[in-house]
Amino acid sequence: MRRRWLAAVAVSVAGLLTLTACGGNDDKAAGGGQSGQKKVEVFSWWTGPGEADGLKAMREIFEKGNPGFTFYDAAVAGGSGDQARALLASKLQANQPPDTFQGHAGAELQGYIKAGKLEPLNSLYDELKLKDVLPQELIDQISVQGQVYSVPVNIHRSNVLWFNPSVLKEAGISAAPTTIEEFVADLDKVKKTGKIPLSIGSQWTAVHLLESVLLGSLGTDAYNQLWTANADWSGANVTKALENFKAILSYAGTPQEDWQPAAKQVADGEAAFNIMGDWAYGYFHNPAPGGLGKTSKTDFDWAASPGTDGTFMWLSDSFTLPKGAPNRDGALAWLKVAASKEGQDAFNPKKGSIPARKDADKSLYQDYLAWDLEQWASDKLAGSIQHGVVANDAWRTAINDAVGLFQQDKDVAKFQQALTDAAKNSGQ
Amino acid sequence: MRRVRRWLPGLLLVSPSIVAIAVFVYGLLGWNFKVAMSDQHDEISQGSFVRLENFIGIWEQERWGISVRHAIVFTVVFVGGALVLGWFLAFLMEKGIRGEGGFRAVYLFPMAVSFIATGVVWRWLMNSGTGERAVGLNSLLHYLGLDFLQWQWFRDPDWGMAAMAIPAIWQMSGYVMALFLAGFRGVPEELRESARVDGCGEWQVYRYIVLPMLRPVTLSALIILGHISLKVFDLIVAVSGKQIITDVPAIFMWTAVFDSHDPAKGATIAAYIVLSVAVFVIPYLVWNARKGKRS
Repeated sequence: MRRRWLAAVAVSVAGLLTLTACGGNDDKAAGGGQSGQKKVEVFSWWTGPGEADGLKAMREIFEKGNPGFTFYDAAVAGGSGDQARALLASKLQANQPPDTFQGHAGAELQGYIKAGKLEPLNSLYDELKLKDVLPQELIDQISVQGQVYSVPVNIHRSNVLWFNPSVLKEAGISAAPTTIEEFVADLDKVKKTGKIPLSIGSQWTAVHLLESVLLGSLGTDAYNQLWTANADWSGANVTKALENFKAILSYAGTPQEDWQPAAKQVADGEAAFNIMGDWAYGYFHNPAPGGLGKTSKTDFDWAASPGTDGTFMWLSDSFTLPKGAPNRDGALAWLKVAASKEGQDAFNPKKGSIPARKDADKSLYQDYLAWDLEQWASDKLAGSIQHGVVANDAWRTAINDAVGLFQQDKDVAKFQQALTDAAKNSGQ
Repeated sequence: MRRVRRWLPGLLLVSPSIVAIAVFVYGLLGWNFKVAMSDQHDEISQGSFVRLENFIGIWEQERWGISVRHAIVFTVVFVGGALVLGWFLAFLMEKGIRGEGGFRAVYLFPMAVSFIATGVVWRWLMNSGTGERAVGLNSLLHYLGLDFLQWQWFRDPDWGMAAMAIPAIWQMSGYVMALFLAGFRGVPEELRESARVDGCGEWQVYRYIVLPMLRPVTLSALIILGHISLKVFDLIVAVSGKQIITDVPAIFMWTAVFDSHDPAKGATIAAYIVLSVAVFVIPYLVWNARKGKRS
């Protein structure tokens, strides 16, 4: 009898202990402190080919320069950061931030900034004289009330028109279209040959297309105006842009699963055009299995998306300093590497992007990236919608919903109303 | 003292799970309803009590209407399809074919696969390319000379969700078969014999003896499938991601919480999902309790 009692008590106590034990595990992993080396937890979603190599290259520089710290890679795979951001949100809410985390520079970070989760980095910018080496327009576009909250590591370009030269030739098109009107005419020519005029992927790629069409139709100044306090989404110029979007979308092929299969249709000569960010270059160019191993200028070619020549629609991955980072010094040391010329030149050629700094070593960037770097130095800047620069998360999600609904009913007036409401309710 | 001795050890033994369920299931459920009835539309503000405002307001959103309609189509096709197919498989097996064990295992195996893995495979099978660009099932149809059957699968604007139910049927019908097989076996042979003696044909034996006796099994299967169906998330994410064209309440909830950063909206959707499942489960529990009392 007594034995049974004891067993029951033991089991129930053990049960309660395991319950309470769930809470306390994380601290050790993050704080570290064993054997005098302090861990720096770097949270990112760079796990794919190219990007993970780039991160590793930066990590080596960091560890060489900071023997007192060890790098702890807290990368979360999947879905262009979707899962990572969901996990990050819950970590930050529980006040258990990583030492530093990756985020798209710009409005995407606004939620965190408003919630007081991030430290401003102005002093770091002054210390490293970053204002001299980063483009002024970029700093303006990522500042919130005069404060900068992140260090941009790389720059990607969103408004790129990828095309298959031989499909264009077959359709009798001599050069890439430079205006929206030319683009629609060219799409029509391709349609007559029986090829897919414009390949498209899942819903977010339609939003990606929309941002290029908006920029191409409205022009840079009017586009940038849309994200300011005195934006007018209900104007006639927006209606025109959305009509253009509808016309272009009517030439789109069957939606593919994601951007890669859509881009592949262009590389394989099934489709003529695709509008996608410049991460597509790595996919086209890199050897299998990471890419398709195609030759640039013959198998595929590129131009600024129609109507946007002279404007660089950018997006950028950046690192931040969360308030209450367990190892603040380590995080700052990492940010210094991420901001340095050496760090950015190690990371970017591998990732297939260009450095945010203007003083990069140009010889490291070949082919598309050379063109990209040149444009970055000379173009006007506009921020991407889908990739978190100009619209905060709530706004971006509302735009995504509107595009998803528009893909089904093709009702421009309703679409414009939804976009106007989205701008009004964004709280940005 | 003696009486205490009788119940206390048992209570102690189950108390951790009682505590865990009270906190992690009912506590969090209550918290969810509290958030759903607040106006906490971002992660910073505290939010104040607004009664059922969110519950009513959400019906004005077009996306919500679409996701509810999708959930209904999916549920009807999935539950109906899995019940019919499962019943049919069990019916075939019940005849005592050779190698029954092997067949049973084969039909049950899909259940061991996670919805995510199923979804990844079926995303490829249900590729929407047709004609020259057909892959997966569409290409199979092409080789069979059935090109006219090729369609857009889950990308079809009207019946896409019915296509989405196919992988779910594939996955769960084996389980339904196992349930029905047990049910079939539970029908005493004497009953069938006596029906036959009374002049029933084999079909009539099924119609009037076996099927009515399968009613409890059917109800259990209906509830198990129904609650899976109303909560479906993983399968759809794996097949098509977060697109309006295959939107369901659980996906909408995810975007509301993690993309729009709107806790109140997410909690409202979660509450609706719980309520819709409750519509299935509570009558079943009541029915079960009554049956328990009777016997």
